[in-house]
Amino acid sequence: MGRVLAVIIWIITILSVVLFFVRKWWFPEAISQHAPALDRQFMITIVVVGISFTAAQFALGWAVWKFRDTGKPGDRALYTHGSNRLEVLWTVITAVIFIALAVMGQSVWASLRLHDAPPGSYTVEAVAQQFQWNFHYAGADNKFGRTDPALIDDGTLNFIGLDSADAAARDDAVTSALAIPVNRPVELRLRSKDVIHNFWVPQLRFKQDLVPGMEIKVNFVANKVGKYELACAELCGQLHFKMKSYMLVLPEDELAALQVLPQEQFQARIAELLNKYPLPTN
Amino acid sequence: MSETHEGVHRHPAPTSFIRKYIFSVDHKVIGIQYIMLALAAVIVGMLMSLLMRINLSWPNSSWTILETLFPTGAPGGVMTPEFYLSLVTMHGTIMVFFVLTTAPQGGFGNYFLPIQIGAEDMAFPVLNMLSFWVTLVGFIVILLAIFVEGNQSLGEWFAALGPSFRGGSGTVGPIGGWTGYAPLSALGRIAGPGQGAGMNLWVISIAIFCVGSLLGALNFITTLLNMRTKGMSLMRMPLTCWAWFTTAVLALLSFPVLLGGGILLLLDRVAGTSFFIPGGLYVSGILSGSHPNFPLHTGGSPILWQHLFWFFGHPEVYIAILPGMGATSHILATFARKPVFGYRAMVFAIFAIGLLGFFVWGHHMFISGMSPYSAIAFSILTLSIGVPSAVKTFNWLGTLWGSRIRFTCAMLFALGFVSLFVAGGITGLVLGQSSLDLAMHDSYFVTAHFHLVMGVASIFGMFAATYFWFPKMFGRLMDERIGRIHFWLTFVGVYAIFVPFHTMGIRGMPRRFASFAEYEFLRNVDPLVLLVSVAAVITITAQLLFYFNVFWSIFKGKKAGDNPWEATTLEWNTTSPPPHDNFAGVLPTVYHGPYEFAVPGAPKDFVMQTDIEAEVPADNGHNGHKH
Repeated sequence: MGRVLAVIIWIITILSVVLFFVRKWWFPEAISQHAPALDRQFMITIVVVGISFTAAQFALGWAVWKFRDTGKPGDRALYTHGSNRLEVLWTVITAVIFIALAVMGQSVWASLRLHDAPPGSYTVEAVAQQFQWNFHYAGADNKFGRTDPALIDDGTLNFIGLDSADAAARDDAVTSALAIPVNRPVELRLRSKDVIHNFWVPQLRFKQDLVPGMEIKVNFVANKVGKYELACAELCGQLHFKMKSYMLVLPEDELAALQVLPQEQFQARIAELLNKYPLPTN
Repeated sequence: MSETHEGVHRHPAPTSFIRKYIFSVDHKVIGIQYIMLALAAVIVGMLMSLLMRINLSWPNSSWTILETLFPTGAPGGVMTPEFYLSLVTMHGTIMVFFVLTTAPQGGFGNYFLPIQIGAEDMAFPVLNMLSFWVTLVGFIVILLAIFVEGNQSLGEWFAALGPSFRGGSGTVGPIGGWTGYAPLSALGRIAGPGQGAGMNLWVISIAIFCVGSLLGALNFITTLLNMRTKGMSLMRMPLTCWAWFTTAVLALLSFPVLLGGGILLLLDRVAGTSFFIPGGLYVSGILSGSHPNFPLHTGGSPILWQHLFWFFGHPEVYIAILPGMGATSHILATFARKPVFGYRAMVFAIFAIGLLGFFVWGHHMFISGMSPYSAIAFSILTLSIGVPSAVKTFNWLGTLWGSRIRFTCAMLFALGFVSLFVAGGITGLVLGQSSLDLAMHDSYFVTAHFHLVMGVASIFGMFAATYFWFPKMFGRLMDERIGRIHFWLTFVGVYAIFVPFHTMGIRGMPRRFASFAEYEFLRNVDPLVLLVSVAAVITITAQLLFYFNVFWSIFKGKKAGDNPWEATTLEWNTTSPPPHDNFAGVLPTVYHGPYEFAVPGAPKDFVMQTDIEAEVPADNGHNGHKH
């Protein structure tokens, strides 16, 4: 019985490790500046995890393989209550490894979250609502028009409550797709109209909740032109799984041309661009 | 406690059926009641996971029974997305509260803590009875939450309680996940299907559950501190008792916070308060305050709910797993025929886990919008909690080293616990890092992690406990052949289900999605999803073996005798099952530590705690005599 269990534990261990390291089911190719560091930290961590997992499972398997009750009288287990030296040793070793991982793990977080967007960033407001994304662009004047919840009217497609009386609002555009420039810092100002949503583009390698009553700013740099799927990753109600849109990462000139278009043409151009760029294949 | 002297004064056992089996104050009966509650709840929870897998892998398949039960949630017998989401919610809630918190602590803890410390009963037997019945009411309310939402006529009936209790939205229950994040959970019917009466009942059920758990926790702590028999010093207690005690302390400190949070959430829903609802919301086409269906809310904080919930929710993880750790340590030593390696270190590790468990809740909230600076503190504290967890694993392996293992079913499941605890716990190193959580948060990687470590490992602890203590509870042994088949299928099955979850999560698959059909980046995951669903169907079906084994063995199992496992602790010093007052009026006196196996020179390979004759070497360091 012990040997069967040992072999099964070892087979499960090997198959589990193989499933990870064939990397057939792995991150999609990253397209943000901070992503390589995150992927590297993930790799380091998963190697530590893999080694610890394998070592523990092999040790467990070895113990059940080797130490069986033979039923012979007088054949007894080793009588020991432990060893303080071993306790100290393995406590210190795991503490050092775990805390080191924790400290190393702060750098990506710090680089992404502990500073404001640099000057010259491209800014988009994101306003999520139950099962739809709205992205608000400042237009030619680079100023966001005033918004007010009291002005929201889904019926007339004023999803974010843009105040048409405000001069800065006249050239603003609102679409359900996100268009941002490549290789230039982007600041997203994330808001929600109703419940908590979450901004998730797997290729960008970050998630951020959009919390009603708060405006949360995140900044990042996308470094590959293309079209990417955008999902909501925080349960937001009935059609949560359909709260899908796209993020377009555009060459600077293409984005500049888009930015100055009035609302209708802006939307039409977005539709064209969504057709122009294929989804990534890996 | 007046009975601690040796003597003939005994509490008479109740004779009427109702006092003996229904409204019993006997901790043993209450323990079995808790276990039966968990056995019933886990069926509901498992069936829900089965339905979820069917929806994910065979969408649009039609099930007549679903249409009969939920004519609007599954029209034509085909599950709707809101039906799936309420399955997610109820599966989580029922499993976490009514399975993982009841059986390990209320069930086995209730039954065996008093016996293992040599007491006649809990300190407050009536309170103990109340804690079970309050918990049962909570379970009935959570079941109602399903049908009040799912069933038109029941929904109408509840509508008499007020507009917010109006059910019948057609889902199988509330939608919110087991975490019930506000404001989705706070807004009421306006936020869509699954936000009506069922959500009210969900909150009420959890609040009731909190009360039941608090009563239980008080009882556990008082009993353990005050009612240990002569010679049972703290450091001679079995590790199970240490685990139940720490769990009770965690419950005592964390459930009140959830209770408070739950009451505030309910007030937001039914009384128009704004604890968790900020101003200026525009939901389903209506601005807050502009219409009677959506009163004015202002000034609330959605993140506050998350702090309150996770201040409870993280210790809750340890409430679920600590009793399993205790049972595993106990059972490993018994069938390894070897003392627990590093008993003292194990006790400290339990304490360290319990203590640190209160300082890490923020790791559930890295991306919630809370301060990014606090994330750093929470991250480092979270990885620290891995240290005592690793210490426990090392000591389990140390216990097995040089042992003489007897491969009973109880032992197989205890070994399975160690394997699964490592597999599930170790990925905490990934999720505890705020940087990596940026990508992993709310993905299947998280689902994999907590299912393995707090779900499956805890359940393996309970399986081990069942096979181990069943002969004591019912006087008969469970069938070992059926038990072994049950073990092999379950052990391989849970790995086949939850290991692929990790790689799905790495790929980026979000949890709580009713369908992934729309997402191109997830196309290559489809074969894994199918593999998981097939494994889940097989594994869930295999649990029938367990149910059959339990109920068959109660009546037909082999007679057990008092100490079938040649174990050392006090529960094996009395008859199987024990008499009403546990030790027939003569409380045992304890002379040794709990795990004196393989003592050199002893006539047998185990020395019972009560064995006055036995010579146990004094240099074991940890279990010095107390006189």
